[in-house]
Parts: sequence; C-alpha cells; structure tokens
Amino acid sequence: MNLEVVVVTLIKAAIIILGLLTGFAYMTLFERKVQARMQQRPGPNRVGPFGLLQPLADGLKLFFKSSAEPAGRDHLLYLAAPMLSVMAALATFAIIPVSGPGYITILGHNIGWYVMNANIGILWYFAVTSIGVYGIFLAGWSSNSKYSLLGALRSSAQMISYEMALGLSLVPVFILAGSFRLVDIVNAQNKWWFVIPLLPAFILYMIAGIAETNRAPFDLPEAETELVAGYHTEYSGMRFALFFMAEYINMITVSSIATVVFLGGWWGPFGVLPGPWWFLIKVVVLLYVYVWLRASLPRMRYDRLMQLGWKSLLPLSLLMMMATGVVVVAAQR
Amino acid sequence: MLSDYFPLLIFLAAIFVFGLIALFFPPWLAGARTTTAKALPYESGIVPRTTARRRFAVSFYLTAMLFIIFDVEAIFIYPWAVILKGLRWFGIAEMAVFVGILLIALIYVWKKGALEWGS
Repeated sequence: MNLEVVVVTLIKAAIIILGLLTGFAYMTLFERKVQARMQQRPGPNRVGPFGLLQPLADGLKLFFKSSAEPAGRDHLLYLAAPMLSVMAALATFAIIPVSGPGYITILGHNIGWYVMNANIGILWYFAVTSIGVYGIFLAGWSSNSKYSLLGALRSSAQMISYEMALGLSLVPVFILAGSFRLVDIVNAQNKWWFVIPLLPAFILYMIAGIAETNRAPFDLPEAETELVAGYHTEYSGMRFALFFMAEYINMITVSSIATVVFLGGWWGPFGVLPGPWWFLIKVVVLLYVYVWLRASLPRMRYDRLMQLGWKSLLPLSLLMMMATGVVVVAAQR
Repeated sequence: MLSDYFPLLIFLAAIFVFGLIALFFPPWLAGARTTTAKALPYESGIVPRTTARRRFAVSFYLTAMLFIIFDVEAIFIYPWAVILKGLRWFGIAEMAVFVGILLIALIYVWKKGALEWGS
C-alpha cells in the first residue's frame, strides 16, 4: 500500500483521538454545568473563567495518581480490560463521516471526511460495540472484587439485551437508504432527514443507545448506592480514567451515529454553515438530551430494565422494521 | 475492495499505541506504593473473607444464550434490508415468515419465564 494513505490516516487518527479526548473532557464539564443549572446551583466555576479549565485540572490530577492494584487480580486481563474498552470506543469512530458529500483538498490530495468508507459501514459499529462488552466484563471479573463482578454481570446482561433493539431499530434506515455505507445513508437524506418518516425508530434507537452506554436512567451497573462504582471499582488513576473515557466516547459515538443515520449528518436546513458545524451542533443537542435525562429521571429497577429491553423494545423494533418494509414496497411501482 | 480496509488497520494500530501509552505511562510516572490494606478488594471497609469468583445467578446465562440466538437472527435481517427494494413483496413474505418464527420463539421464552428476574 502507498505511503500517502498511511500518512493521511495517521493524521486523521491523531485528529480523531485528540478531538474525542477534548470532547470527552468538555462533555464532563458540560454535564456538570447543565445538571447544576437544572438543580439551581452554579456548578464548577473556580478553575478558569466559568470553570472552563476544570477538565484540565481533573485530567492532570488523574494523570499523576498512582494506580492501586487489588491483590488476587488476573494480571493480564486486569490490564487488557481498560485497553479493550477504550479501543472499542475509539474504533467505532472510524466509519463516521463528519462532513461531505465531497472531499476536502489539501495540498492537491483529495481527503475524505472519514477514516473508512467500506461497504460494511455500520456493521463495524455493531461489531465493535459487542467487543466493548468484553472490556467491561473482564474488568469486573479480573479484579476479584464482589462489587466489580456484580456490576460487570449487570452491565454485560444489560448491554447484550439492548444490543438487539439497537441493531434492529436501524434496519428501517437500511431499507430506505439501501446501503450500509454511512456516506450513502447521509446522501439519501438530502431532502428529508430519516427522523421524519422514522420517528419511532429514532426513539427506539435513542433508548437502546442510552441503555447500551449504561447511562441514566439505565445506569444500573454503576448504581453508586448499591455497587460503589460497578465494574471499575478496583481501578484507579489513569486506568479508571480510561473506563470513564470509554463511557463518554461511547455517548458521543451513539449521538454521532444517530446524527448520521437519522438527523441528516452534515446536511443543514438552511445551508448557511459548513457541514462539520451542522454535525457538531446535532451531536451536542443529542448529548444535551443525555444530560437532561440524567437530571430528570430516577434509576430503573433491574428487572424492569431487562423486561423493557426484551418485552417492549425488541418486539417494537421488529414491528417497526416490518411496517417500514411494507410501506416502502407498497409505495414502489 | 480490500484497500477500503487498509486505513482501518492503520487507525486500529494508532489507537492501540494510544491505549498502551495511556495504560502504562501515567502509572509508571506516578509510581506505586502498595501496602497489604491497599491491595485488598474494596468491600466498604470490611475485610473480604472469600474470593469473588463464585457461582452467580443462572438468569445471566439465560440472557446470554437468548442474545446469541436472537443476534444471529438479526444478522440475517441486515442484508435483507439493503436489497428489499429489489425483492419487493417476495422479500416481505419471506421476512414475515422469518420474523413470525422469531416472534413465536420470543413468546415461548416469555411464557417459559426466562425473561423474569428475581423469581
């Protein structure tokens, strides 16, 4: 293979990693600020103007903390788990087209707005989120702590239950777009965003996505009052930060996928702003919804949570899929 | 075709290197002073008496098995969705049969009580 692809991809990788790290850092501040405002308190406001340097302070603190390791851990898996989690979270971003439809031309090279534009497209996302489950489960199992193990069990059971609904809720989009390629899916939304005909599928996807990322009101794996911190109880310092990072990057990914498949990706209604800005605005709006839900809803009971996944979301997404199929075929001539 | 995946390989290598650095560099920089008490698993201040690796509720196994069954079936649905516009009513009929069987299976598991928790 040629050198150009290697260099271009490495630069893209650096941009994505740095971008997601910054996104993750400021997502924590955004979450704390918005939640604080919803609870009538100012939130972090001491470090820098409006607390803008707070993530930096937190990051530096975690960076220089020593990592306490529990005795009786499984040495290899204990280290592999945070690695798997964060790699799975970052790897998903390879398929997401940040803008388009064309190329950006730098120094005479045509560069796409994505890392990979393969025909498997969104299947990569499903494949990689499944690997994320391993990271969480191995973390809980390898640290030889009861809280960790319980959190990991809950978490993996929850994630695999909602993965079904997550996968099936996107099938209507594939029917309409006729492709797995995310660039094709966005181009198919040139006139109408898919959220308009497929609103129920969008809602199903967001519910499943929130459960998949273990966020409130489905944050059972990290139920502080009963499980301390769940699967990452025994991790500290930067290794804990890796799990934290994976969780927030997963939120960004779920929002990005929702933006790309349902909200028209880089297409804006007025065409005033360039593509990446539209993409960013839509992702931030969806992230705001995450924080909003966390500030508004109490945590669900575990049996209710599993039943919601299997007894409601799964049949509903199958129904939505069949209904879309029938309508699309009936509308054809 | 295969060249589509080449950037992915480089991307994975890049994030692997990032992961390795984040995993080993800061703990090395910070150093570690391990004591016996520090190395105990956290159990709200109580000294752990047994290992955590014990048997756990069978419901988790059931969920995992159900997931494998249904997820494999979901994989069959994806290619169908992409070419549905070409298959037309034939495709709808085929998928109706498939989803019907899937739903019968789901109702069976439901009635058997495999989806109940804590009972």
